Amino acid sequence: MKTYQQPDIQGHFGSFGGRFVPETLMPAVLELEKAYEAAMADPEFVDQVDYYFKQYVGRETPLYYAENFSNQLGGPKIYLKREDLNHTGAHKINNAIGQALLTQRMGKKKVVAETGAGQHGVATATVCALLGLDCVIFMGKEDIRRQKLNVFRMELLGARVESVDQGSGTLKDAVNEALRYWVTNVEDTHYIIGSVVGPHPFPKIVRDFQSVIGIETRKQIIEQEGKLPEAVVACIGGGSNSMGMFYPFVEDERVELHGVEAGGSGIETGKHAATLTDGKAGVLHGTLSYLLQDENGQVTEAHSISAGLDYPGIGPEHSHLKETGRVLYDSITDTEALEALQLLTKTEGIMPALESAHAVAYSMKLAEKMDASETIVVCLSGRGDKDVDTVRSAIGGSSYE
Amino acid sequence: MSKQLIKQAFQEVLDQGDKAFVPYIMAGDGGLDSLEEKVQFLQESGATIVELGVPFSDPVADGPTIQEAGIRALKQGVSLRAILEKLGQFKENRSIPIVLMTYLNPIYAYGVAAFARACRTAGVSGLIIPDLPLEEENLVVKELQANDIALIRLASLTSPPDRLKELARRTEGFLYAVTVTGTTGTRATFQESLQEHLASLKNICQAPVLAGFGVSTPGHVKELSANCDGVVVGSKIVDALHQNNREEIKTLIAAASSKEQAPAE
Repeated sequence: MKTYQQPDIQGHFGSFGGRFVPETLMPAVLELEKAYEAAMADPEFVDQVDYYFKQYVGRETPLYYAENFSNQLGGPKIYLKREDLNHTGAHKINNAIGQALLTQRMGKKKVVAETGAGQHGVATATVCALLGLDCVIFMGKEDIRRQKLNVFRMELLGARVESVDQGSGTLKDAVNEALRYWVTNVEDTHYIIGSVVGPHPFPKIVRDFQSVIGIETRKQIIEQEGKLPEAVVACIGGGSNSMGMFYPFVEDERVELHGVEAGGSGIETGKHAATLTDGKAGVLHGTLSYLLQDENGQVTEAHSISAGLDYPGIGPEHSHLKETGRVLYDSITDTEALEALQLLTKTEGIMPALESAHAVAYSMKLAEKMDASETIVVCLSGRGDKDVDTVRSAIGGSSYE
Repeated sequence: MSKQLIKQAFQEVLDQGDKAFVPYIMAGDGGLDSLEEKVQFLQESGATIVELGVPFSDPVADGPTIQEAGIRALKQGVSLRAILEKLGQFKENRSIPIVLMTYLNPIYAYGVAAFARACRTAGVSGLIIPDLPLEEENLVVKELQANDIALIRLASLTSPPDRLKELARRTEGFLYAVTVTGTTGTRATFQESLQEHLASLKNICQAPVLAGFGVSTPGHVKELSANCDGVVVGSKIVDALHQNNREEIKTLIAAASSKEQAPAE
C-alpha cells in the first residue's frame, strides 16, 4: 500500500499545485480529469499506451552501466537510463503519446502544445502525425533561433509552428500563448502540456505517463545489481523526466533522490533557471509552485544554455518534495554541464542533451563522495544531437575552423 | 462601505433606466502620475465604476492590446504597491468606485492579508482575479471579506449551468459575464446564443450582470447591455487612452445612456 499519495482530490501537492486558470478553461480541466481517470481505469487504454510505448517509442530503454565514465571518476558505478534512445530522442514522447491517445479518446481532433528546446514540440508533432491529429506548436522566437532544425522537423511532421515574440521569446512565453490559444479553441482542442506543470490534472497526468522511466529503472537496477541504487539523479526544467524517474522511488527512503536545476552563469549572477534554489512560491501557468520572480510578483526570465531548462517555474510536486525534504535539489552551471557533456561523449560515445548533461555533471560531483560498492542512476533524458551547434559556439569549433 | 459604494453606483444608473458602463484602464500605462486625471475624466464622462488593471508579466487571459499596455506600464516600473499608494493619495477626490483587475501572483507576492488591508486603505471596492476559479478562491475570500472588498466572479460561455449558478450566488458587486471564448480584445461580432446566455444569467443572479471581453463599439454597448445591466469595455478604452482619443471614449460611455439613440453603423 502506498503511503505517498499525491496529489489530493483538488490537485494539491501539500500546499502547492491546484487549478489557477480562467473560468473559461475550468470545464475543460474538469473534463480532462474525468476522462483521464476513466481512461486509466480502462485496461484497453492502458494496453494501448503500453503497445505504443513498446512498438513505437522503443521501450523499454536500456539501463546502461557506463563503465568507462565510472572508471574515469574512480568512485561508484554510474548507470545511465537511456531515454535518449526513445523515438524522437528524448523522454518527451512518453507523455506526448499518452496524452495524444487521451485526446483521441476524448473525441478531440486538434492539439496545441508549447515547446522550449523543441523536443516536446517534435514529440507532439510526431504523435499527431501518427494519430492524424491537427497540431499547432507555440515556440518562443529566441528558441526558434536556437533550435532551427527542430522547427523544420515539426513542419515536416505536418505541424504548424507559431513564433512567440512576447517577453523573452522562450518557453514561458510559449506556454502563455499556448494557454491563450487553448482558451480560444477549448471546445475542440486538447492542450498537450510538455511537463509536470500547469493546472491539475496536468502535473499528475504527465508524471504518470513519465513514471515508466522510474518503474523500468527500478526493475532493471535490481536485475543488474541485486539492490536499489544509493542515488538517483535527474535534471529539472519543468521537471518531467525527473518526476517520472523519482516517483517510483519516493517510498524507497534509502535511495537519495537528486534534482538538478540549471545554474546558468551561476546562482550569484542572477542569470540562471534554478527555481527551487533561488525562487519563492507563486502562481504561474495555472499552478502554485516555486517561481523566479521579483518582489512585486512579476515573473523574471530564466537563463540557461539549455533551452529545455530555461523555465522560471517548476512542477508543483517538486516544490512539495523540496519542502518535505524527500528530494534534494541543487544546481549545475552552463560550464559544468558543457564539461560533463564532453567527458561522457569522449568516454562512452554517448552525447547527452545539454539538459541531461546537468544531471551527468551532478553525478560527477556525487561520485567524489561515494565508493566503488555504491551505484548512481542518472536519467539521460535526451540525446545531444540537437545541441551540437550550441556546444560548438560555446567551446569553439572543430580543429579545421 | 466599499461594497456599498458599488451597489450605490449601480443603483443610481439603473434607477434612471440607463445601463452601467465600466471602462478598464491599465494602471501606469502612460505613468502613474496621470492616473488621477484619467479616473476623473472617466468619472466626469459618466462611467459607473473604473476597472483598474494591474500589469503582470504573464497575462494569459489578455489579448495583444492589454498585454502591450501592461508591458508599457511595467517598463515604467509600476507595481501593485505603487498603484495602491497612488489610489490612496487621491481617494478623497473621487466618488467613482474602483475595482482592481489583477492576476493572482502579484497579490500572492504582496501577501494576501496585507494586500486586502492596503486595498481598504486605498479605497478599492472590489477585485477581479481572472486566474482564480471557484475551486481556489478560499486563498483570498476570508481576507477580502474582513476588509469589505467585493470579489467579482467571472462567468464564462463554457461554464455549465450548475457552475453558473454557483458563480451567480457567490459573486459580490456584480457578475462579470465573459462574452467570448477567448482572451480580451476587440471582436467584430459575438456568437448568436450570447443574448440568451446573458438573459439567463440575469435570471439567476441577484447582483447586476455586466458583459465584457471584446466590447468595442457604441453598437456593441447597446446590443450587449439590452439583456443585462451594462458592459465592461477594456481594450478599446486602453487603446483610445493610449492614442489620447478621448472623444471616442465619451461616445462609448454615452451609448450606455437611455437618452442616447443606437448609432447608425
